[in-house]
Amino acid sequence: MTLNEQVEKMTDIMASFIGYTAIHLPDDVVSKLRELRDAEDDPAAKSIYDMMFENMRLASELGRPSCQDTGLVQFRIDCGSRFPLLEQLQAILVTAVRQATEKTPLRPNAVETFDEINTGDNIGTGAPSISWNIIPAWNGCAISTYLAGGGCSLPGHAAVLMPGEGYEGVVRFVLDRIAEYGQNACPPLLVGVGIANSVDTAAQLSKKALFRSVGSRNPNEKAAKMEQLLEDGINAIGVGPQGMGGKFSVLGVHIENAVRHTATLGVGVSFSCWTHRRGDIVFDKDLSFTTSTHPGFTYEQ
Amino acid sequence: MNNETERCGRKMTKIINEKTVLSTPFTEEDIRSLHTGDVIYITGDIATGRDDVHIRVVKEGMELPVDIHGKALMHAGPIVRSTEENGFEVVAIGPTTSMRMEKLEYDFIKEAGVRLIIGKGGMGEHTAEACREFGAVHCVLPAGNAVVTALCTEEITGVEWLDLGMPEALWSIRVKDLGPLIVTIDTSGKNLFEEKKLKIADQKEKQIEEICKRFESVLLQ
Ligand code: SF4
Repeated sequence: MTLNEQVEKMTDIMASFIGYTAIHLPDDVVSKLRELRDAEDDPAAKSIYDMMFENMRLASELGRPSCQDTGLVQFRIDCGSRFPLLEQLQAILVTAVRQATEKTPLRPNAVETFDEINTGDNIGTGAPSISWNIIPAWNGCAISTYLAGGGCSLPGHAAVLMPGEGYEGVVRFVLDRIAEYGQNACPPLLVGVGIANSVDTAAQLSKKALFRSVGSRNPNEKAAKMEQLLEDGINAIGVGPQGMGGKFSVLGVHIENAVRHTATLGVGVSFSCWTHRRGDIVFDKDLSFTTSTHPGFTYEQ
Repeated sequence: MNNETERCGRKMTKIINEKTVLSTPFTEEDIRSLHTGDVIYITGDIATGRDDVHIRVVKEGMELPVDIHGKALMHAGPIVRSTEENGFEVVAIGPTTSMRMEKLEYDFIKEAGVRLIIGKGGMGEHTAEACREFGAVHCVLPAGNAVVTALCTEEITGVEWLDLGMPEALWSIRVKDLGPLIVTIDTSGKNLFEEKKLKIADQKEKQIEEICKRFESVLLQ
């Protein structure tokens, strides 16, 4: 394959994959939703879960986006320093988003700030957003995609607390947000919490937490315990599907943490809705790929 | 299940397949007989309108280019594609966060004469006030179910203000048995989400205390 052919192939695969994730939820999210539905006692809440499953079925059958708000596309990339298309990757992803917008179709959501104009193709200044990580001496590339809907991005928040506020301050910060805005963000929600030194690091970690597979745990035992406590506590608040009440409020709570400055405690929280459209795809140097989130995804040239 | 249509007390309300279906135009009587928690479906004409439509009508004083008196407004930005016959087709549609429109909704309802607002999540005091005064209700359609909902649409009958972009434009759509719509604010001003929110706030304090108590012992380990 020439370089151009390789670029075209990877662009095409990524465009199809983004479209596929708008239509099919990842396996971990589907099984979590099934678990919540089966354990729910409230008949009204149960019927809302049933509607979700009916929607998933129809979306797959008809090949249509499961939610009309297909969000803004966000990528997290772990790219090997020896991946042959490293230099072209940024351009590949931009074109892939444009193609996916047209073909799937995705809803054009990108509005240039100050100009206040919808760009029409989900491309614009800083869109799609790409968070890079270069892995030395590897020749593959792992890309995670996420469609960030408006409704669940809305309650996101970050602040720097006084260290004296401690973990109690963190717990209050997260639960205040859920109590105030959780009902409107299409629960059950996936909650990402970032704990670090400043607003930017905490906010970034809170979004990174949403890219973890649902139900995974923070490797730090105490942080993992906090995840479980937050999960149980937020569920007990009884937000329920669509915020109308029910046994569960969340798909899970993921915490990502880093050091803090001795004088600060940065905390950020990001949310994703029940339609949590995340995808993981890993390429090798020849552009063969595997997708753990969407094993049903295939690509034909 | 029976397919027969049975008239019940209200003028434009029918019970079909055990579903309560209201047709547009809704009468004030239809709407005033609804209560929070009721589950209904609607058939007829709806218009979509979200942030920018509200801003144009309420803040910029522009005249609404379609008549939605007695009809339904849906807080929604659909995915629409062009058809070969020069028309449009709804690919996916569902409600957006209603609360964003709260500040402008009183004046919008007053101006447009709309009787049923469809959205997601709750709305606040301005909307409840308008519902009381002008005889309107706010309903929640379970969100994120854009394909189920798209299959309730029959035809796009028009589009205005497409310069606002696809999501913000004012789409006129004919729907059949659109629902389930759960009445969340009724014409007495009763507000299901606000009631739920108070319970959530109450529970929140208890849970914060509980989590912190249990985490304290984790930190000591
Ligand atoms: S919050 Fe999620 S499910 Fe709800 S409307 Fe937005 S994208 Fe769709």
